[in-house]
Amino acid sequence: MARRVAIIGTGQTHHRSRRLDVNGREMIHEAVTRALADCELTMRDIDAIVIGNMDHFEAINAVDTWSVEGSGGVMKPIMKVTTGGTTGTSVAIAAYYHVASGMFDRVLAIGWEKNSESDTTGAIVTCSDPIWDRYSYSGAIPSLATEASAYMEKFGATQRDAARVALRERTHAQNNPYAHMHGRPLTLDEILDSPMLAYPIKLGDICPRTDGAAAVVFAAEGVAEKLAPRPAWVKANSVRHTNTWFGDVDQRTGLESLERASREAYAAAGIKNPAEDFDVAELYLPYSYAGLKWIEALGFCPPGGGPQFIWDGHTDMGGKISVNPSGGVMSTNCIGATALLRVAEAAIQVMGKGEARQVPDVKTALATGFGGCWWSDVFILGKDKPA
Amino acid sequence: MEKIAIVGTAQTKYERRKKDQTYYDMVYEVTTAALSDAGLTLADIDNVITVSNDFFDGRTISSMAVGEAAGAHDKNISTVEGDGTFGAFYGAMRVWGGYRSTLVVAHSKGSEGNSKFISNAMFDPIYHRPLGLDAISSAALQANAYMTRYGITEEQCALVSVKNHGNAKKNPYAQLPLDLTVDDVMRSPKIADPLKRLDCSPVSDGAAAIIIGNEEIVRKAKSKPVWIKGVAHCAEEYFLGDRDLANPKALRDAAQRAYLMAGIVNPRNEIDVAEIYDAFSYMEPLWLEGLGMCEPGAGGVLTESGATGMHGDLPVNPSGGVLSAHAVLVAGLARLIESSLQVRGEAGSHQIDGVKTALAHGINGACGQSHCVWILGAE
Repeated sequence: MARRVAIIGTGQTHHRSRRLDVNGREMIHEAVTRALADCELTMRDIDAIVIGNMDHFEAINAVDTWSVEGSGGVMKPIMKVTTGGTTGTSVAIAAYYHVASGMFDRVLAIGWEKNSESDTTGAIVTCSDPIWDRYSYSGAIPSLATEASAYMEKFGATQRDAARVALRERTHAQNNPYAHMHGRPLTLDEILDSPMLAYPIKLGDICPRTDGAAAVVFAAEGVAEKLAPRPAWVKANSVRHTNTWFGDVDQRTGLESLERASREAYAAAGIKNPAEDFDVAELYLPYSYAGLKWIEALGFCPPGGGPQFIWDGHTDMGGKISVNPSGGVMSTNCIGATALLRVAEAAIQVMGKGEARQVPDVKTALATGFGGCWWSDVFILGKDKPA
Repeated sequence: MEKIAIVGTAQTKYERRKKDQTYYDMVYEVTTAALSDAGLTLADIDNVITVSNDFFDGRTISSMAVGEAAGAHDKNISTVEGDGTFGAFYGAMRVWGGYRSTLVVAHSKGSEGNSKFISNAMFDPIYHRPLGLDAISSAALQANAYMTRYGITEEQCALVSVKNHGNAKKNPYAQLPLDLTVDDVMRSPKIADPLKRLDCSPVSDGAAAIIIGNEEIVRKAKSKPVWIKGVAHCAEEYFLGDRDLANPKALRDAAQRAYLMAGIVNPRNEIDVAEIYDAFSYMEPLWLEGLGMCEPGAGGVLTESGATGMHGDLPVNPSGGVLSAHAVLVAGLARLIESSLQVRGEAGSHQIDGVKTALAHGINGACGQSHCVWILGAE
């Protein structure tokens, strides 16, 4: 029988394009120190660590053992979990099971990436099969462009609809001092006028490459309540890493992995009407069109209803379900940390620590991860201890 | 804690180069074989842990290549990058954490990569990589530190190689079954002083899978359950110069916690067989010291005494060990599988009589920076 588990502390770096002042281990240490300070613990209190990133960005093999002086893993159990874009949620879910299993009481989850040291696309294309997919249909942008085109064709969505999503993300980022794009607002026209990368995706529609790290402290029931005035309880998590081949993904339908993962998690957490039941959502939206289409997969609105739902302001701060008060992935994308930041930001909202980006009175929060071959992870947090 | 057990295992034969199989094919082979060993179907598997390494596979998100082959299309799945013993530990935690069952599957093809470059990438990019440090040269430093500290001899290490390659003759999955003498090992070409070719494990291709289940799955499975009694892992400092390479303190810590969990007070007497990560011959006595099977420095004499042989009082690596087949990442899961087969009494011609409690061990990082120790039992 699983133990109940809560998040009691989070920490993140001030995310930037290029952190020339620190190496990877020092950058990890910044996030870890901030997470420990957030829950008033020291490294001595941590029983185990889970860490993740994507190897080929920094070209460091065995990051678990490499990181120990930065992650705090000296003479502690440490394990590496890596699943591409979903790494951050995979790390969070692994930390959850470290505690839920009864093996460990206080566990540190770490995600990080130093993209300034990488050739991001050069690394990402190698995720595809070397014979069939790699030279024809790989990398992050081409398959996203296919999805966006198919969505526009099917529902008549426009580049302007997508730009409205990008505008929301960039506007919200101005409330988040940690966001890479903090202090750099954009207007709708500036987004629409930005350079085209791969039709219909423009520079203003896509996430940046970021140097940054995130750390989250998980604790068991009985421990969490003593350490945090308002822990963020894990209500459910679910993962669907559905595909191996890019060519197997049918872009004319909804995002299958997210539909399946969210329905499983909603059932476990007792979510019936997501747009009403969640107070806030931190969604892994790597580009603007995902903000139209994937909220349909999540059941916020019916298929094709994404653009109207966005223009009605339902996902803005103060809307029906505030999406990405942090500014989201399009404002900060340190890849191995990106999905863990979604979990951390959702926890921050539940714990009431969001300051300028805080949504009032959050009881239930949704976080998602996206990556690999159109894969999705779902993580649900709540103020009340799960039944 | 709920009782959980290993209910199914499978390995490919380990070979220098599997030209006819991709990672995908190998993972499919062991996934179906593990299900068949357990007498279960994919519907009985709640979730999957794959184990892979992006460097070895030459693919970023290396897990992407094998999810479907592991039957995970519509299941919860995650991926551990590290030795299979660590992946299996996560798999076990997911069963303790609420799932009925986890399939854990690891693969690697040493034949498709350059292990010198890949293991060089474990080291600090500024200070250590340009020195040419890799798995073998760093192990040579550790072997020297160990031999110098305790007077362990090259001949004592060679005996480990003779023993394990000899044991491999009885294991149909092993890559290098060999009839050797200490002289053969001593005369084999020097790779990095004091390591000679026959002190080093081979480059291998292979995959392995296990199924871990709760009591409901144990009742449903047709195999003999192998109960998980204790498991723990621990890592020490990163820089080789910060470590005492002759004192595996992280292993000592992991072993003590695994023993505590399993209720083991005197490992030497209570453990009937051990499968440990002997990537190099000197590692077997050194890890046996870390595991508390003898005093620090006594590992060489322990080997000479014959205690670790097939008919000794603590048989070590009756399968032939990592020296006889070293598919990286898979090798630790293979130790767990071989220990399970011993507990089941189904290890074939390398079966040790009357095994009730077995130990399995895996490592991550250079020179065993991180260790994972498992105790398995028949009861």
